[in-house]
Amino acid sequence: MIEKPRIKLPSEAKKGDVIEIKTLIAHEMETGLRKDKDGKLIPRKIINKFTCEFAGKPVFSADLEPGIAANPYLAFTVRVEESGTFRFAWFDDDGTVTTADAAIKVT
Amino acid sequence: MTTRRDLILGAGSAALALAAGAAEATPEEAAAAVAKFTGGKPTTPGKITIDLPEIAENGNTVPLAITVASPMTADDHVTDILVVAQANPLPRLATFHLGPMAGRAEVATRIRLAATENVVVVAKTSKGEVLLAQRPVKVTIGGCGG
Repeated sequence: MIEKPRIKLPSEAKKGDVIEIKTLIAHEMETGLRKDKDGKLIPRKIINKFTCEFAGKPVFSADLEPGIAANPYLAFTVRVEESGTFRFAWFDDDGTVTTADAAIKVT
Repeated sequence: MTTRRDLILGAGSAALALAAGAAEATPEEAAAAVAKFTGGKPTTPGKITIDLPEIAENGNTVPLAITVASPMTADDHVTDILVVAQANPLPRLATFHLGPMAGRAEVATRIRLAATENVVVVAKTSKGEVLLAQRPVKVTIGGCGG
């Protein structure tokens, strides 16, 4: 059901550069506060955690709450010292974990 | 006489009233979320730049960018950033965890705001500083529930 997340980062950078990474995943981020037309609460279903690792080391993570807009967008920066692969992971309330990888060449 | 303009204005204020009703004012909860994050440590104002629109037409998605002035070196960097919206039914919006690898203490996302309210950003640094900044946002249509 979950579409492929979108990730934007440069494919190449110079050693020591600070690059910006932008990520977006399609998700309704149902708050758990809304009611359906019968007046029953719609259960919460959000992406509650996002992590980014580089070569297995944590770089950035975020604990998200229902106050984050649908299709959660996150942008952050990383100083790159060597070529390698970023691993991104989105954790859904229902236990689903969506991951994506992106490589960068550092010269 | 009821003009079309009256009707539109009426609908607008009804929507505002609804938004205000849904947004159970929770400054205490917001303060509690901040206190939990800081561990009761005193906060220092400043060093944080909050980039938010002055007026958000749609509270469902409000762009937010945070920059903390920090050298982001191994011994002096921002470790955690908490974002709280004072009048949201669930005030805590997100907590970001950073390290010296970030290079710069910059984070951006999109948030939901229930009503016209203050957005509070608290940042912790590796040196034990606790920084705090806040910014008011006018919200035309609330973005929680309803």
